[in-house]
Amino acid sequence: MSSHDHSHAHDQHAAGDHHHHEESFVSKYLFSMDHKMIARQFLVTAIVMAFAAMTMSTLFRLQLAWPEEGFAITNWILGDKWAPGGIMTPEIYLGLVTIHGTILVFFVLTGGLSGTFANLLIPYQVGARDMASPFMNMLSYWFFLVGAIIMLVSMYIPTGPASPGWTIYPPLSALPEAMPGSGLGMTLWLVSMSLFIVSALLAGLNYIITVLNLRAVGMTMLRLPLTIWALLVTAILGVLSFPVLLSAVLLLIFDRTIGTSFYLSDIYINGQPLEHIGGSPILFQHLFWFLGHPEVYIIILPALGIMSEVISVNSRKPIFGYKAMVGSILVIALLSFIVWGHHMFITGMNPFLGSVFVFTTVLIAIPSAVKAFNYITTLWKGTIRFTPGMLFCIGAVSTFVTGGVTGIILADAALDINLHDNYFVVAHFHIVMGLSAILAMCGGVYHWFPKMYLRMMNKKMGYAHFWLTFISAYGVFFPQHFLGLAGVPRRYYTNSSFPIFENLVSIEEMSTWFAILGAAAQFIFFFNFFYSIFRGDKAPKNPWDSNTLEWTTEVGHHHGNWGAKLPVVHRWAYDYSKPGAREDFIPQTVPLAQGEKDNGEGYH
Amino acid sequence: MITLLIWAVIILTVMAVTRLVRIYELSSELRGGKPQWEVTESDNRMNAQFMMVFAFVFFVFCTWLFFEYKDRLLPVSASEHGTHIDWLFNFNMIIIGFVFFVTNACLFYFTFKYYKGSHNKTATFFPESHKLELIWTVVPGVALAIIIFLGIKTWNNITTPPTGESIVIELYAKQFDWTARYAGKDNVLGRRYFNLISDTNPMGLDPADPNGNDDIVVRNEFHIPKGKQIDFKLASRDVIHSAYMPHFRAQMNCVPGMTTSFHYVPIITTEEMRKNPHVIKNMEEVNVIMAEKGEAPVEFNYLLLCNKICGSSHYNMQMNIIVDEQEQFNEWFSKQKTVGASATANTNIVSDGNLLADKKQ
Repeated sequence: MSSHDHSHAHDQHAAGDHHHHEESFVSKYLFSMDHKMIARQFLVTAIVMAFAAMTMSTLFRLQLAWPEEGFAITNWILGDKWAPGGIMTPEIYLGLVTIHGTILVFFVLTGGLSGTFANLLIPYQVGARDMASPFMNMLSYWFFLVGAIIMLVSMYIPTGPASPGWTIYPPLSALPEAMPGSGLGMTLWLVSMSLFIVSALLAGLNYIITVLNLRAVGMTMLRLPLTIWALLVTAILGVLSFPVLLSAVLLLIFDRTIGTSFYLSDIYINGQPLEHIGGSPILFQHLFWFLGHPEVYIIILPALGIMSEVISVNSRKPIFGYKAMVGSILVIALLSFIVWGHHMFITGMNPFLGSVFVFTTVLIAIPSAVKAFNYITTLWKGTIRFTPGMLFCIGAVSTFVTGGVTGIILADAALDINLHDNYFVVAHFHIVMGLSAILAMCGGVYHWFPKMYLRMMNKKMGYAHFWLTFISAYGVFFPQHFLGLAGVPRRYYTNSSFPIFENLVSIEEMSTWFAILGAAAQFIFFFNFFYSIFRGDKAPKNPWDSNTLEWTTEVGHHHGNWGAKLPVVHRWAYDYSKPGAREDFIPQTVPLAQGEKDNGEGYH
Repeated sequence: MITLLIWAVIILTVMAVTRLVRIYELSSELRGGKPQWEVTESDNRMNAQFMMVFAFVFFVFCTWLFFEYKDRLLPVSASEHGTHIDWLFNFNMIIIGFVFFVTNACLFYFTFKYYKGSHNKTATFFPESHKLELIWTVVPGVALAIIIFLGIKTWNNITTPPTGESIVIELYAKQFDWTARYAGKDNVLGRRYFNLISDTNPMGLDPADPNGNDDIVVRNEFHIPKGKQIDFKLASRDVIHSAYMPHFRAQMNCVPGMTTSFHYVPIITTEEMRKNPHVIKNMEEVNVIMAEKGEAPVEFNYLLLCNKICGSSHYNMQMNIIVDEQEQFNEWFSKQKTVGASATANTNIVSDGNLLADKKQ
């Protein structure tokens, strides 16, 4: 391979005409248009946001376990207004719950996960010099950052942050009379979300165009690593569904400001009837979940993509059933658009419509099951190397299965009647979507850290981080199934107004202890991450003996990624331990030998 | 002081970890061995063993949780359709419990068995097998088809509009309490308009509608007779609430601007449920905790609670439901004042304990 002459590269590739000068700090670290820098910007922003969301959850877990007790830390963080004597008020409890959910769903697991890995991996793994539009890419980060800052700032305003839950159902979110957080706090939430959606659209279009148009010679669609398939389909989902959320948000802004009645009707509040007539709060839910359900796949698909890659590399085996994996990504994506109604079984919608949504929702379990079984078969008879990244991805398979199966219960409208909006749902979606995605995201960070920061993260700290996180993750959420089966609703400030729930408080306490352990464990990660950026061991070119194209670039961050010549692809990404090969991996750039077949067919 | 301590702990921890890492690095440099990040055979063995230990502890934990808490879950369903829901839940639970156990067991066992070490040096190149893939597409497909079929059947039975005789009750939600309105002798609810709402008429009942005269409005608790079909109409005057009656496996949202409905047949009276051994045991546990808190002991009651976030006091929006034998119910019902009678007596349509609260908002 002739990738060594990168010093001459600059004159020859289109994107690199100004690289002879030293870049200024501003253009290199702030307004960078380089996909690798933007990936790191997304990642660091997401880590800061995740830290904020984690702190919030730790606080409200303290409240749920010991509602009558004051905590100095609660008072220290929230202040005397929101936590007099260290006991938080119901208003700020709802605010914390809302902002915790919003940050994790949108800013960490959508912007953070896709933003980091799509930016890093799409150009690298398809063999492109950068994104199709580096400028749009930069814009997408800055919209994201401003949105994130506004979301955090909304925590500090006098009337408190938006508090109607991350799903912001009107009329609660539309009427400042209904709760203090629906005033300025809600306005900031809506502004922040609009900016976020703009960011998601700019990014998504860019990802799609890059994958479709900038693939290296020989990189056919069926030679793409599964990470790229997942990120491509995720971007398509986002581009098709985020505009619907934007329209829902805009209509809500109209209802709040210029007196329209899209979502409001027949309301008497604060001692007087309102003038809104003829709207429907249910309309909002349809619009919201038309995004909201694809959104959970926008979160989980990149995670599944990362898991495919990391598990295959570290099992030293091809991913089992590559084509089935691609197929199941496509089927999941398609079905994700016709299942949104399962969030609304008990809104009084037509029961027949309910049964249709039961049908489509349960169907989605099939491609998901195929994916889970394929991961497990990939592990079978492998030679598993437990890098920290690998551990996290194995953990993610486990949570994907454990949380996934309870989805079958909730998809059943008849069973949802009793479980809707109680802790069973909380346990289900935190395990299947929250934990799987965050575990896979951590796995991705450990795995691609050498590509991002040119150094290696500390292995031992990685192990400690994984085991403590994995244990506490299950410890927090698994017991919550039982709260749900006892009929305890979610989003209750305290369960002590209902004496019959008193003998379940030990579950809340158990959850909280594990949450504290889990939060403490993340400090190992924060330390490892920031320490390794500056002091970690220097990374070699291909530390994990991996096949994909990103490991064929020289060590360092070079504009345009490769030298004068872009790599040429000759095979799929999963030729690990192929019989007859000299080593247990064959990079995608190695030509096929005489008579060798591609896509794993050489063996039959 | 606490703050200072917290900072001290954080700073000390960071310093300690930094030192440890540094020592570790120096010692590995001294050994002149491989770089720290390279995974060794002993790393693999250790993590593989952890996987197995984790699997064991995890399954023990799940089993322990089940036996520890199974008696504190909801008691038997107090409604007819609820018994079908419970059956369906258990049926599905057996299937998914099996899948959960087998899949996780395979996952952890394979990671344990196939770690890279002296016993396992080469991986098997096994990129696909159409037979296997067909099996685990078709088998889940069949199982899910059964789940879908039974689920939709149960759902249709529950949501088919009530036929025959039923008692119509409106559950009217507002921030942060419930009001129940019986349709009375004619079993037709009188009309109400949100712009008729006032301090003396908190539901906005229309005095011009004769159907409303025999309606009965109650707060705090409402009674229903065992064995009769109850047809609930649900409404809200401000934001979305959700009428959740967990003991009856019943829930439906209350949406401003529209009326939703849900119907069920209660099959266990409150008295009978209080004699259920499962409930007795739970209430004993609860009352021990209440005594520790210095609060009066409580008796079991069926509950209506709000299960859709509705504002700051969402967590405390409740109403008791009393299921009576038919005769007791008749007796209770005959004592209640109708809306018409209250109006002629020139009192509030509802004796509204919440009037003050309304004004304060």
